[in-house]
Amino acid sequence: MSVEVVSGNHAAGYALSVAGEANRAARGASCGIYPITPQTEIVEYVASFPFQKSRVVPVESEHSAMAVSIGASLAGARAFTASSSNGIAYMVENIMVAGYYRLPIVMVAVNRTLGPPWNIWADQGDTLMLRDFPWIQFYAEDNQEVLDATLMAFRLAEDHRILLPALVAMDAFIVSHTQAETVLPDQSAVDRYLPELDLPHRLLHEDPKTLGGLAWPEVAMSLRLEIDEAMDRVDEVFGECRAAFRDVFERDPGGAIETLGTEDAEIVVVVSSSIATTAREIVKQRRAAGEKIGFVKIKMFRPFPERALREACNTAKAVAVLDRNYAAGVGGVFWQEAKAAFQGHRDDLIIQDYLTGLCGGDVTPPMIDEVIADVTTRDAETKPIWMTAP
Amino acid sequence: MNGDRPISTLEQAPPIPCTEECLLRPGNTNCGGCGMGVGLTMLGRALAEADDTCTLAIPACCGIVTAGAFPTTSYGVPTVATTFASAAAVAAGIATVRDLNEERGQVICWAGDGGTYDIGIATLSAAAERNENIIYICYDNEIYGNTGGQRSSATPPGARTTTTPGGKSEEKKDIMAIMAAHQIPYAATLSIAHPDDFSRKLKTAFNTPGTRFLLMHSPCPTGWKSEPADSVELVRLAVASGLFPLYEVWNGSAWRINVEPDWTSPTEYFQRQRRFKDGEIDLQATERSCRDQFKRLKTLAQEFPHKTEEG
Ligand SMILES: Cc1ncc(C[n+]2csc(CCOP(=O)(O)OP(=O)(O)O)c2C)c(N)n1
Ligand code: SF4
Ligand SMILES: [Mg+2]
Repeated sequence: MSVEVVSGNHAAGYALSVAGEANRAARGASCGIYPITPQTEIVEYVASFPFQKSRVVPVESEHSAMAVSIGASLAGARAFTASSSNGIAYMVENIMVAGYYRLPIVMVAVNRTLGPPWNIWADQGDTLMLRDFPWIQFYAEDNQEVLDATLMAFRLAEDHRILLPALVAMDAFIVSHTQAETVLPDQSAVDRYLPELDLPHRLLHEDPKTLGGLAWPEVAMSLRLEIDEAMDRVDEVFGECRAAFRDVFERDPGGAIETLGTEDAEIVVVVSSSIATTAREIVKQRRAAGEKIGFVKIKMFRPFPERALREACNTAKAVAVLDRNYAAGVGGVFWQEAKAAFQGHRDDLIIQDYLTGLCGGDVTPPMIDEVIADVTTRDAETKPIWMTAP
Repeated sequence: MNGDRPISTLEQAPPIPCTEECLLRPGNTNCGGCGMGVGLTMLGRALAEADDTCTLAIPACCGIVTAGAFPTTSYGVPTVATTFASAAAVAAGIATVRDLNEERGQVICWAGDGGTYDIGIATLSAAAERNENIIYICYDNEIYGNTGGQRSSATPPGARTTTTPGGKSEEKKDIMAIMAAHQIPYAATLSIAHPDDFSRKLKTAFNTPGTRFLLMHSPCPTGWKSEPADSVELVRLAVASGLFPLYEVWNGSAWRINVEPDWTSPTEYFQRQRRFKDGEIDLQATERSCRDQFKRLKTLAQEFPHKTEEG
């Protein structure tokens, strides 16, 4: 183990590489890679990693990057890739296939605004576009969480009770390009954490199957139902992955959500990704001043940890959801998910959406104070509120 | 109700027993007279003769419909359906892991002209440029068969399709020249009317590492509006009249012609397919362009002949 000052991209590249290397005694690792700002450093890191049993394939497009990873995964190798923004949009067709093929591919995504206009800064719209796909989604707050969530993503995705791809997202530049102290676990520890990949439906000459051909409605539907059942098991299996992480790395990587002060909070601020760092500080300060404010960070977005969120808001009268993303004509995506989570459970609860830091805007402490001031005095919800830095 | 389901994703009905060479099992869903069935059968036979096997990567096209409905399949080898544009990239991933693990078996893309000349060309070009260790076979029926018969850039001039109802006005793309320009180890054209030549080229491909590209002229009675019983005869006429020359290219730098056209008039070829309308094909121009194309190939084969005998 070493503690180094590295960027979020470096942490991601390291995690993908050591995870791939950890499969060297089995069928190895492979991935298709393609650059796009601000994730390029991740694929550059992977391309220069001295793997013992791996081939990194520098392809001509994100569409093919995921296709190569799909082929490699189907052949039983540990497969992964990284992308961002328009790259994810271009990759979508094969992202979908990886999910419906139940392939435990891990993708690190750097959340960047979808164009036009051309904007390379943080916005979660690119990965939230994938919210209805059979992918597990994590939103990491900082460099350490990028690394930890990526390692956990492999273990979770490859578990036979799950067999779904997983993505780990981080905010463009704020995390991807900010250097911070990060614990980089040794290869030997990662070897212990990640069992050899054993894909039950890998392509075999001895047992030839045809994957992805025509299926009649009842068969196709039963395959969808199996995905739903796997999604239902994520909570439990993720708990095991967290416990195993603690055993091997002697640190707690955190759960699907993180809470602070929710035991008595009347107001709860719900955030994700790097906004959590700022929001947590504000909530801490205001609690120290005696205010009954709580903090929830949603790290696992898919499957959405609805029960945990409901429990965290047990005592709340109002919830402020901060969304660095915008679904056209609706509002923030985390807000929509939160609304659905409380529907029929807490119809008295005010759940207000605040669109903060869209397209890379800064989410400053005064902005979060302003959100708290608004939600505290609110006796009814209104349309999502567009916030700009004061 | 919840829990009642016929099959799991991860399981499949046991295969119908078949001989080792049975790559395509009986009972597949191809139209009568489809060239693809003949091509796949010859591929299976050539693999068995070479004591080899394969994994198929098939993009959206008639070739994946051939498998029939999950959980049964007509394919006797591991087969994966890829997105329309991705066969060469998925195959590259599979072949990469095969090679990392030093395993046997070809990784073969079986793709239509739409997935090759059109939507998949960037993927194929990139795989060829990286010299991925795969065999890419395009069965060229000169039409989007699976979606009911639209034009592709492989559709020949004059052919009526649902999107060129008055006959296509553009030339057929020269995919062989494009692939040869990638300087891949081996590229060849195949005709099911010349089975010995077909098998020999498959075996050459099996024994040549790197990206190998094979273009098979694939009769399609449904799209060509021809009689199923005419299929082999039609592609034989295409070779004889110089419309579909049979040749091989090594490394984009050495050529060999396999069958000399006897310059049969292409009239019959056109007349026996209702996709071509009487009087709409400029026969003289077609014959001229066939002769010109063949002359260019012949010059290349004379100036830059393939020297060493392949195994
Ligand atoms: C991205 C995408 N666009 C369109 C389609 C619809 N589609 C499926 S097969 C096909 C045509 C295939 O033509 P070709 O490759 O020539 O194969 P053939 O059907 O003739 O065997 C089309 C347009 C698709 N599956 N995917
Ligand atoms: S449409 Fe043509 S290529 Fe497709 S199965 Fe029928 S004959 Fe074969
Ligand atoms: Mg076709």
